[in-house]
Amino acid sequence: MNTANITWMLAETGIKAFVIVNIILVMASAEVWLERKVCAWIQKRNGPNRVGPFGLLQPFADVVKLFMKEDIIPAAASKNFHRLAPLLSLMMAVAVYAVIPYANYVDVMGHRVYLGIAPNLNIGLLYILAMTTLGVYGITLAGWSSNNKYSLLGGLRSSAQMISYELSMGMALIGVVLVSGTLCLNGVIDKQVGWFWHWNVFCQPIAFIIFTVASFAETNRAPFDLPEAEPELVGGFNTEYSGMKFGMFFLAEYANMATASCFIAILFFGGWQLPFPQEMLGLKDGSVQLALAQFSSFFIKMLLFIFFFIWVRWTVPRFRYDQLMSLGWKILLPLSILNALFTAIAIIVFKL
Amino acid sequence: MSSENKEKQSERLSFWEKLYLPEIARGLGITFKQMFKPSFTRQYPEERWEPTGSYRGRPVLVMEESGERCVACGLCSRVCPALAIEVQAAETEKEKERYPIKFEINMIRCIYCAYCEEVCPEEAIVMSKDYDIIFTDPQEAVLGKEKLLVPIEKLQDRLEFLRQYK
Repeated sequence: MNTANITWMLAETGIKAFVIVNIILVMASAEVWLERKVCAWIQKRNGPNRVGPFGLLQPFADVVKLFMKEDIIPAAASKNFHRLAPLLSLMMAVAVYAVIPYANYVDVMGHRVYLGIAPNLNIGLLYILAMTTLGVYGITLAGWSSNNKYSLLGGLRSSAQMISYELSMGMALIGVVLVSGTLCLNGVIDKQVGWFWHWNVFCQPIAFIIFTVASFAETNRAPFDLPEAEPELVGGFNTEYSGMKFGMFFLAEYANMATASCFIAILFFGGWQLPFPQEMLGLKDGSVQLALAQFSSFFIKMLLFIFFFIWVRWTVPRFRYDQLMSLGWKILLPLSILNALFTAIAIIVFKL
Repeated sequence: MSSENKEKQSERLSFWEKLYLPEIARGLGITFKQMFKPSFTRQYPEERWEPTGSYRGRPVLVMEESGERCVACGLCSRVCPALAIEVQAAETEKEKERYPIKFEINMIRCIYCAYCEEVCPEEAIVMSKDYDIIFTDPQEAVLGKEKLLVPIEKLQDRLEFLRQYK
């Protein structure tokens, strides 16, 4: 590889990373706004409407408030871990975006630019699973280092919950991997080309349901938001956090929600594939227009799932801890193993 | 929980209810419908709520064209459970008649119980419709006569209510 190629690669990756990280942070604040608006609509209220048009600037006002607040570290806390925990949470939430493909590729000045930092990473799926699992360290460390029994309980719940649901999540993914024959995210998307009934959701419906339920648990969203159950745990793992450190947990939670939505869209709803064969648009592969169409297709799917996450949160009450565990171990795990088994048998029998 | 109860509970749920997901879908449908219904929110500082005569807002003194009704008997001050009212009487030019030279209500203490209104023999102190009572300083919260006296025209709803129900 010569110097020009390396320079081009570094510049390309740097620009893409910069743009994507910024988009994630803005998206997180947009999600906060959407969350509050949808919650308000469901409860027949108006939601934030004072700061900016339709209250759109509300999350930014919140961030300014969080920056201004005093940053308290409890005297009895384990100080370094207390500082590390929110950082770890946010880092893992953002790191996942490295492998998510936002559209196919664009040809720029004779170079083929893939939209996404490393969408062709051949272990992309594994990478995402690894990173989302590491996210639990942030929450567990936060709960433990605060030296507060409620925080500790929240952290423990979170680790138990994540480990339980990680299993069924992985087993559900095996079905998808068997059908696609690859762990590369662009490869999974390529398999779902054509009309929308080629999407994985129609050939792996059980995997889709299990994966969606498990990702609710993975992102600590209602109905599985036990780590931050206000009525029982004062606030959960983040009780002893204030200022922007609390804000980072908040940000990580919403970034995780967006990740889960991206992930569901990619694995089960064709990612950036249009709902009809893309030849119908009459656009050349690698043209900017086609990439835009693909990106908007992906973005709409992702937004719909973010909306779904919020919608479920304001509909379903929180699970009890034993219910959560029995759902994870007694129902989802056997179901996902059976699903993987039957998929494997079907692939051998029908020579797919 | 006894085994009998458990059996009863499982009998009550049908197969589809035990599956749980259809019921969640039903719940989601209900919340989705709510999203398109009009909201109950009142845009408060712009859209104000107008109370009816029965509302107990800030207590005020009634001012007629001939002057205030209060005769400084001090009953309101005596009955006030929060000790919010202070009255000092003075003689008028007419014989045997008095007026309050000082009448103060401490709005930090006032609990809006309307005992003062009930006990007043002259119907001189009544509850108004003011409900957004804001102070930035405890000294400001002690309202003197100049702030308490309100022309009788503005209090017609309350006086009508008192005549009917008191």
